[in-house]
Amino acid sequence: MANKQMSAAAVVAQIKDGMTIGIGGWGPRRKPMALVREILRSPLKDLTVVSYGGADVGMLCAAGKVKKLVFAFVSLDFIPLEPYFRAARQSGAIEIMEIDEGLFLLGLKAAGMRIPFIPTRVGLGTDVLKRNPDIRLVSSPYDGKQWVAMPALPLDVALLHVDRADVRGVCQIKGPDMYMDDLFARASRNTFVSCDELVESSYFAQGDEARYVFWERSQTTGVVHLPCGAHPSSCAPLYGFDVAHFKEYAASAKEADGWQQYTNRYVQCAESEYLERVGGAEAVRKLPLPVY
Amino acid sequence: MAEINLIDRMICCAAQAWKDDGEVLATGIGVAARLAASVCMASINNDLMMTDSEAWLVSEPVPLGARKGYEPQRETWMGFSRIFDNVWGGKRHAMVGPTQIDRFGQANISMIGADYARPKSMMLGVRGFPGNSINHANSFFVPNHSPKVMVAGEVDMVASAGYNPARLEQGWSLEDIDIRYVVTNLCLMDFGGPQHQARLLSLHPGVSLEQVQQATGFAMHVPEQVQQTPDPTDAQLALLARLDPHNLRATVLGAGA
Repeated sequence: MANKQMSAAAVVAQIKDGMTIGIGGWGPRRKPMALVREILRSPLKDLTVVSYGGADVGMLCAAGKVKKLVFAFVSLDFIPLEPYFRAARQSGAIEIMEIDEGLFLLGLKAAGMRIPFIPTRVGLGTDVLKRNPDIRLVSSPYDGKQWVAMPALPLDVALLHVDRADVRGVCQIKGPDMYMDDLFARASRNTFVSCDELVESSYFAQGDEARYVFWERSQTTGVVHLPCGAHPSSCAPLYGFDVAHFKEYAASAKEADGWQQYTNRYVQCAESEYLERVGGAEAVRKLPLPVY
Repeated sequence: MAEINLIDRMICCAAQAWKDDGEVLATGIGVAARLAASVCMASINNDLMMTDSEAWLVSEPVPLGARKGYEPQRETWMGFSRIFDNVWGGKRHAMVGPTQIDRFGQANISMIGADYARPKSMMLGVRGFPGNSINHANSFFVPNHSPKVMVAGEVDMVASAGYNPARLEQGWSLEDIDIRYVVTNLCLMDFGGPQHQARLLSLHPGVSLEQVQQATGFAMHVPEQVQQTPDPTDAQLALLARLDPHNLRATVLGAGA
């Protein structure tokens, strides 16, 4: 029986320069931030990052890891504009593919279905088509119209964070939204999942626990036990996002050496030290859930 | 009677946007537009559907801010992937706050500047605007009506499709676009003029036609009769106070407004 448990370092060792990395979650919500920090500690470069972006994208941009970004937005919600992403965009440091949130979904879906594109009306009449000449139109065999052919967005690696998992790769999300994590898992050749809690397989047989499992374990390549691994993003219902930490992070972008300072304190350390520096696991678990 | 706040007038004016929509998902992005949709659902069109702004459809609008024991009245799960299922089916009317709007009703929240490779100011990205604009009805809420928002020429990045014949692909017509209302701090507009030209519908009290024209970077159709935007009713104001118990709307127009 497969045992897929591994370390964060072992996950990053599977990633090569130039690969296309999908990152699950949405804005400041349920991002695999501990795995992102492990990438920041590595010499990896020239990544194509595919993300409904939050601080994951900002940090990877600030650290110079991103060659190309596929995105519909990058935002921390309560801090609408992600400062390091903005700096990267405004200085022309990254190539981009800027698409609609729904086109993004269709691209992942097409990759998971192993088809080259999905036809849609989304994008018609907008600069998404003008700015992405690689997105083509197709004539329908069934009507006289032209449709947008959203190309598949196949991933080399997907990084996700979930509430709990077992070593076979059964992953559970108890928060109110799985976002597009299931589609990331299907679009990717390899999917590595960090989990707040590592549980026995029998856990999922209880009550309706299995209802909160949104893809089969065959889509999970590796499982990393990283308590609070989504911090500073949220992992509802376990913890909310860390407003104070995000404010400190955003403020650092206003300083000349702000990213270096942030990195020194929160990245260039072991994950256990990181957790201590942000107040400890107990404090993270008490971060209030956001009210929208 | 106390003087009516401009923001309350704007929200109650905007609440009329969904009046005749029947059973669609009403989405208001931002405090004011969300309150407008909430007022409409609670008083004008009870058939509307709305989310808790997170992951559930609710049978009555959720008051904004800290809930003090209020429990959202959940109706069904409505995570983001299901929002797109709804969008693509067309049964939605969103009210959003673009950074720029042009004479075609094209709108932008992505970036500002002439150079796409190096934006003068990077904003959010196109988000869901492209999909919204080609699938369902859309209205705009503009707290700062000025030529910077209501721009001459085209918006810097067309995130939301408008009534622009030059951008029509084969088989599509301008009737596939459905822009309803633009509620600003000066007036109410739509795109119901000749050839979908922007049209002035009503002026808020104390605002002149010239003032609106100076604040708008493009020419508008001005009908012979331009109404004054009506006052909110006492019932609407009471509802607004209940839906916004922490008065979050007071900051929408910026300090001193």
